[in-house]
Amino acid sequence: MTAQTMTAPEPPLAMLVELTHRCPLRCPYCSNPLELERRGQELDTAAWRDVLDQAAALGVLQVHFSGGEPTARPDLEDLVEHAAGLGLYTNLITAGVLLDEARVGRLSAAGLDHVQLSIQDSDPAESDRIAGYQGGYRRKIAVAGWIRAAGLPLTLNAPVHRHNIERLEAIIALAVELGAERIEVAHVQYYGWGLKNRAALIPTRAQLERATEVVEAAIERLKGVLVFDYVVPDYYAHRPKACMGGWGRQFLNVTPSGKVLPCHAAETIPGLAFERVTERGLAEIWAHSPAFERFRGTDWMPEPCASCERREIDWGGCRCQALAILGDAALTDPACGLSPHHDALVALAEAESDREPPAFQYRRMTRPEPVEA
Amino acid sequence: MTATRAIVEDGSLPRLPRHVKLRFDPARDRWIVLAPERVLMPDEIALEILKRCDGKTSVSAITQGLAEAYEASAEEIGEDVAEMLQDLADKGFVQL
Ligand code: SF4
Ligand code: SF4
Repeated sequence: MTAQTMTAPEPPLAMLVELTHRCPLRCPYCSNPLELERRGQELDTAAWRDVLDQAAALGVLQVHFSGGEPTARPDLEDLVEHAAGLGLYTNLITAGVLLDEARVGRLSAAGLDHVQLSIQDSDPAESDRIAGYQGGYRRKIAVAGWIRAAGLPLTLNAPVHRHNIERLEAIIALAVELGAERIEVAHVQYYGWGLKNRAALIPTRAQLERATEVVEAAIERLKGVLVFDYVVPDYYAHRPKACMGGWGRQFLNVTPSGKVLPCHAAETIPGLAFERVTERGLAEIWAHSPAFERFRGTDWMPEPCASCERREIDWGGCRCQALAILGDAALTDPACGLSPHHDALVALAEAESDREPPAFQYRRMTRPEPVEA
Repeated sequence: MTATRAIVEDGSLPRLPRHVKLRFDPARDRWIVLAPERVLMPDEIALEILKRCDGKTSVSAITQGLAEAYEASAEEIGEDVAEMLQDLADKGFVQL
């Protein structure tokens, strides 16, 4: 094994660009932080171009334009064109509702490689209720048509939780009907707003098992027609996911104001200071920022991870989850069956999913907005 | 768009769909395949196959080309090539 802290880390594969935290939708599982960044804090076009230049030079291969809702930025097509010109693979992660046909065409002409369109449910009324946005479903269906008409490849992004998990079959059928090449069936993860709404979202173990059966059967049935990405929820798992492919190993995230994070939820971890691209070069931050070095590799690991044969497979799981559940980011992810806290996590999931779900706490800006009549 | 699985045949003309890119990466000094949420690092044989997926070269011609490059007989490797292409097609990395 090499002393990873001594040598320069491998370059990241992908960069998630949160162009803005603004979004017309209010999904209760939004992975954005509770403390949303405001428009006035956002980097301008020139600064984002510079970030893209630096990312390409560093060895980043894929750029995910995300948010919030990235199409809320009028300079999105500019930035897509710039990234494509640098040879970066460009992906747009969007809720779609702000798009019109002409803009989809402009994005395609700018060199966009792929679109991930989120859908909240196959039932229109439920979809709008979950998103907290009237008319969203109808718009999304139209947007999917424009994406396909422009010749852009489409992944339907379906976050699942206890409110839509029973309609998973219909959601998959919708993806086929819309002509998507891929579907991401992603059990909601409990960070940011999702954590705040966990009791309202978490499915029972029986629901989860049924959903997994549905997906597995669909994968077989739709082989060569629809490609699946299935993200299982951690809480009922035996081993954790390799969160972000390992801290500071493959992935970086840039917030609207230019803060560089190892994952989008990293800001919840106390004691980590995140640097801004406007203050220090991206390559420097990637290699030397204390926040990236803190959990990179295996040197930081406690037991049972430190002596575990899976330590370079899942990298000890998710730091933010260890923090959220145990109050300490430097512990083994409690989603792991080897963690002494795993049983408590399962008990919590079972108890919460067994109760009547509380009302959604919809995503909103934290500082009170002017009250509307 | 018809929702049926495409099956590799001798005459199929495999190509990379728009959202899949085969590219040389100077930072890592190797060929890579970029696809939605995926970066593949193809081994030598996979790379030789992918490079020939230009929408003009048939599966039998790809097999022939590989057989020549590796001094093997087309009969010997034909099945492996078809299998690899079918797998790539099922995963959405190749269109037939
Ligand atoms: S999860 Fe919902 S609220 Fe959050 S950015 Fe995406 S569409 Fe907007
Ligand atoms: S003990 Fe740590 S390294 Fe081992 S499986 Fe669990 S989380 Fe992964």
